[in-house]
Amino acid sequence: METPLTRSIAPEKAPPDLAQYEKAGGYAALRKALRMAPGDVTAAVKEANLRGRGGAGFPTAQKWSFVPMGDDAPHPKYFICNADEMEPGTFKDRLLLEGDPHQLIEGMIVSAYAVQADVGYIFLRWAYKLAAQRLEQAIAEAYHRGYLGRNIAGSSYSLELHLHVSAGRYMCGEETALLNALEGKRANPRAKPPYPQVSGLWGKPTVVNNVETLCCVPHIVNKGAAWFKNLSRSGDGGTKLYGVSGRVKKPGLWELPMGTPIREILEEHAGGMRNGYRFRGLLPGGASTDFMIADHLDVAMDFDSMQAAGSRLGTGTMIILDDRTCPVGMLHNLEHFFAQESCGWCTPCWSGLSWVEQILKGLEDGKGEASDLERLQSHARLLSPGHTFCALAPGAAEPLQSGLKYFRDDFDRHIREKRCPWRS
Amino acid sequence: MLSEEEKQEIEAQSQHYPTTRALCIEALKIVQEHRGWVSDEGIADVAEALQMAAAELEGVATFYNMIFRKPVGRHVILLCDSVSCWIMGYDRLREHFRARLGIGLGETTADGCFTLLPNVCLGACDHAPAMMIDSTHYQDLDPDRLDEILAKYRMEEIREEKKEKRGPADGNTADP
Repeated sequence: METPLTRSIAPEKAPPDLAQYEKAGGYAALRKALRMAPGDVTAAVKEANLRGRGGAGFPTAQKWSFVPMGDDAPHPKYFICNADEMEPGTFKDRLLLEGDPHQLIEGMIVSAYAVQADVGYIFLRWAYKLAAQRLEQAIAEAYHRGYLGRNIAGSSYSLELHLHVSAGRYMCGEETALLNALEGKRANPRAKPPYPQVSGLWGKPTVVNNVETLCCVPHIVNKGAAWFKNLSRSGDGGTKLYGVSGRVKKPGLWELPMGTPIREILEEHAGGMRNGYRFRGLLPGGASTDFMIADHLDVAMDFDSMQAAGSRLGTGTMIILDDRTCPVGMLHNLEHFFAQESCGWCTPCWSGLSWVEQILKGLEDGKGEASDLERLQSHARLLSPGHTFCALAPGAAEPLQSGLKYFRDDFDRHIREKRCPWRS
Repeated sequence: MLSEEEKQEIEAQSQHYPTTRALCIEALKIVQEHRGWVSDEGIADVAEALQMAAAELEGVATFYNMIFRKPVGRHVILLCDSVSCWIMGYDRLREHFRARLGIGLGETTADGCFTLLPNVCLGACDHAPAMMIDSTHYQDLDPDRLDEILAKYRMEEIREEKKEKRGPADGNTADP
């Protein structure tokens, strides 16, 4: 089984420096891409069926295809790597950032070349101190070697690359909010259209892609679309970093073929539940995905299969709910997070999420009433897509609506017994 | 007024951004690095240097989690309260901090040594529960481990105090 993204990563060890990275075949994709027409790079990524690994699964080449090209295109164009990994339960990009920074940088240069971008930013979350250090070092090496700056590797293509370390807020992960953060503003989302590809950072054409997505690109250019598609067990190309946290025997992160079933990840890789704990449910791809239960364990972890099963692949890092953890308490924790991180821009989100949090707290404190469940249902509807400015509130509604569906008995017990049955 | 050092550091960041406005978050981080937190005076200093309205900068400063608009202790404990850490024992850690340090979330110890803040997911979910103290990550935590870590910081504090009492290392203790 091939693991192109993590093959050079040895946790606990320093990442490959530029010389080591080149020796292992690094920057060959960049040299190859620079001999290709930019449109052919995009075509290869399209053919490979690469979909965005930040959670939404949007086809990467399609995202790029909206950028104006040719002599009349506005410049500078910007290319941004979204490394603001703040989705609760998600710890996959951190491995790629710390473990092989040159892989990301090469992916950025190749991708920026495809849309003929002039300036790149890596938007990194502040907590990833080690990643910041290693990226800075790698960027300096790449400049020194002529892979960044003017006339990259002797070509006519030039790219400047900057590292921006965020001052921290979940909202920054939303691509238009991220642009506002880079411009030195509050990270509120922007109205779409115009889409960033047309009018993004400082009003110029801008692409924002996730770390894991960009790390796939050099491998596609090197080895071809057919090879990339063959890595996968589903229609979506490539491998995927899957993670498991919660009360399993071996929590961790693994690069596996896209479309690996949940059960295989949970039992073979994470070792199953810890002794004395039973599986009750999981959030498959971070806090903003719908709960799944035992009935879903054979679903393949790819974008379409997860959607068909009523949830989302999201970031592919699952959080396990065990039988000794209160589902209502877990939902309270999740909705507390969303209420706190709401940017306050639109009312259904900031007001709605505060109500949801308060109702759930009431249930946990033994003050629940029968009407609370209807109120929560109605909030879940009002927070769903189409009612709010961006995807934060719909993301918060996903665990809420599915939690109400799958753990109804637990809610009822809180109301009936006027207490949280999990608290002694 | 910004210090010379602060000015230089902000200036060094300007190569990364095409507008002065875009520098404001970096500038706030730099002021915080030097002063521990961003006071009203800090806001006014940065606003003046970047030619922004102080009120607008205040809006930016209060938006971001890691810009402190209130004083913090010498060490800031950022305890992850997101879902994986919550499942794996966040509540127990928070209560342990209360028992050991006598502070709850958002509070600073009387000696000004520690401030305890809740923090969103630190990306260490497979080693939950996790926290940071200043720039250092700690994971796979339990109350015993917390005691060890706190003791380490206390020891450092004592060493620092002794150093201060002894005066500068070059032995120059003469009054100016």
